[in-house]
Amino acid sequence: MTEPFQAALRWYPIWLRNVRVWRGLLGPALLGNVGEPLLYLFGLGYGLGVFVGEVDGLDYLTFLASGVVCASAVNTASFEGMYSAYTRMAVQYTWVGMLSTPLSVADIVIGEAIWAGSKSLFSATAILLVASLLGVVDGGLALLVLPVAFLLGVCFGSLALVVTSFARSYDFFLYYFTLVITPMILLSGVFFPLDQMPAGIRMSAQVLPLAHAVELVRPLMTGRPLHSPVLHLGVILAYLAVAVPLAITLVRRRLID
Amino acid sequence: MSRTEDHIVVSARGLRKAFASHTVVDGLDLDVFRGECFGLLGPNGAGKTTSLRMLLGMALPDDGTLRVLEYDIPKQAQMARHKIGVVPQMDNLDPDFSVTENLRTYGSYFGLSQRAINQRIPALLRFASLEGRADARIESLSGGMKRRLTLARALINDPQLLVLDEPTTGLDPQARQIIWQRLRQLINEDRTLILTTHYMEEAERLCDRIAIMDNGRILAQGSPEELIRTHIEPQVVELHGPAVEDWVTRQAELYQCRSERVGETVFCYMQEEGELVTALTHQPGLRFLHRRANLEDVFLKLTGRDLRD
Repeated sequence: MTEPFQAALRWYPIWLRNVRVWRGLLGPALLGNVGEPLLYLFGLGYGLGVFVGEVDGLDYLTFLASGVVCASAVNTASFEGMYSAYTRMAVQYTWVGMLSTPLSVADIVIGEAIWAGSKSLFSATAILLVASLLGVVDGGLALLVLPVAFLLGVCFGSLALVVTSFARSYDFFLYYFTLVITPMILLSGVFFPLDQMPAGIRMSAQVLPLAHAVELVRPLMTGRPLHSPVLHLGVILAYLAVAVPLAITLVRRRLID
Repeated sequence: MSRTEDHIVVSARGLRKAFASHTVVDGLDLDVFRGECFGLLGPNGAGKTTSLRMLLGMALPDDGTLRVLEYDIPKQAQMARHKIGVVPQMDNLDPDFSVTENLRTYGSYFGLSQRAINQRIPALLRFASLEGRADARIESLSGGMKRRLTLARALINDPQLLVLDEPTTGLDPQARQIIWQRLRQLINEDRTLILTTHYMEEAERLCDRIAIMDNGRILAQGSPEELIRTHIEPQVVELHGPAVEDWVTRQAELYQCRSERVGETVFCYMQEEGELVTALTHQPGLRFLHRRANLEDVFLKLTGRDLRD
């Protein structure tokens, strides 16, 4: 009675399981993944925007919207790959249950990473929608922001799974958020451009995948010319290519004795 | 049933597993035959759960060979798990889902189509006696209901082999009776069962064969009757009371019993108890209980009476 179960599709039931849970908890999900970034957008965009005026030749709200799309994709996927994934790994033993079936650790990690990317995609779609209603989105290429947000989500979801593979409690994730994610968001041109920063900081920001995502998303959302898209996409894909196998190896070490 | 190669469901040879420097499974040799219920019996930390995890490819042996159904483990564990049902020690039902959603989601992990799963669900709900609770949330179920659902969930792929890790631990006697009935039903359907337990009566009632494990090794193997027959005297008299000490030093040797002292109680293991029982009936300061030797006596003889926690 077992139908052929292609290795390439085995992530799907894991992803679908998370979709089903998420559907049942839509309220808090909407609030966290859409509501909070919108608060930043409105709060900073209108509040700070009055004092800031134009940034980089852009109205501050316009400048900020593209940054918030990216930062929110990162936050959403990181949260999913840490707090939620940890619950499934170490509290509800969902993954152990999956490992009693034909699924493997690789299937679980890939399913969870694609799920994290899906949540980022969802968050980015909502913010993009609101931003276009506010009239701060320019040009049909803006829809290309969505696949970038998805990739960014898969990438940071996988990195979060790497962190989760070491976690012994939820508190552990604060280290990563405080020491990695928050500094990265501040140094990636989300809230302000890096031009006035010292050269050293500007250079080191070039290794941050989020900085490259912002470099892709901002021109796409504002209709400005896109510079070196291959490089920016390449950096995100390079992180992804390292993070996924690393997460698989480390989660396997955690789950398989 | 003749036990040829075709009838072997699990075959382990020299299986070994250590965590850091602590050896948990130490040269396990094991054969489980089709259609039988095989029990792994042992105190906490004996290596039972690790052995089961190795069967499923969830723990990798350091040494030895292992075949389950027609697959080499751990290499082909994913293929093998298509045909295995697992009831874990720890409850891992999905708390965000209803009873039916749990079955449906778990079935999807086997690559089963929604149609195939939906066809199986009514029978599984009946099996778990949860027909009326199809849409109930997991947190509203009692411990016994959760166990039954976990057992039904393990059948979603119509497995040939079921692996159950302490299937009735923590259940009250009524709930345990139902699980036993269901397990017997599965045995009668010619499925193979491997279970771990530390309940002797569970092993004695359900299992065709039992392996008693301790410190990662199998100490004895056979049917419950065989184990009792070969490892212990058939009659037991348990003695306690203020005069017990005095009696042991003065009279015990008269009755050819092998006596074991546990706290205030003396266990006399013997071939023929008639004379002793008659003598004890008129002893002031002594209470006694005569019974037939059981699996627990074998177990305690082989694994000792020390606490294991």
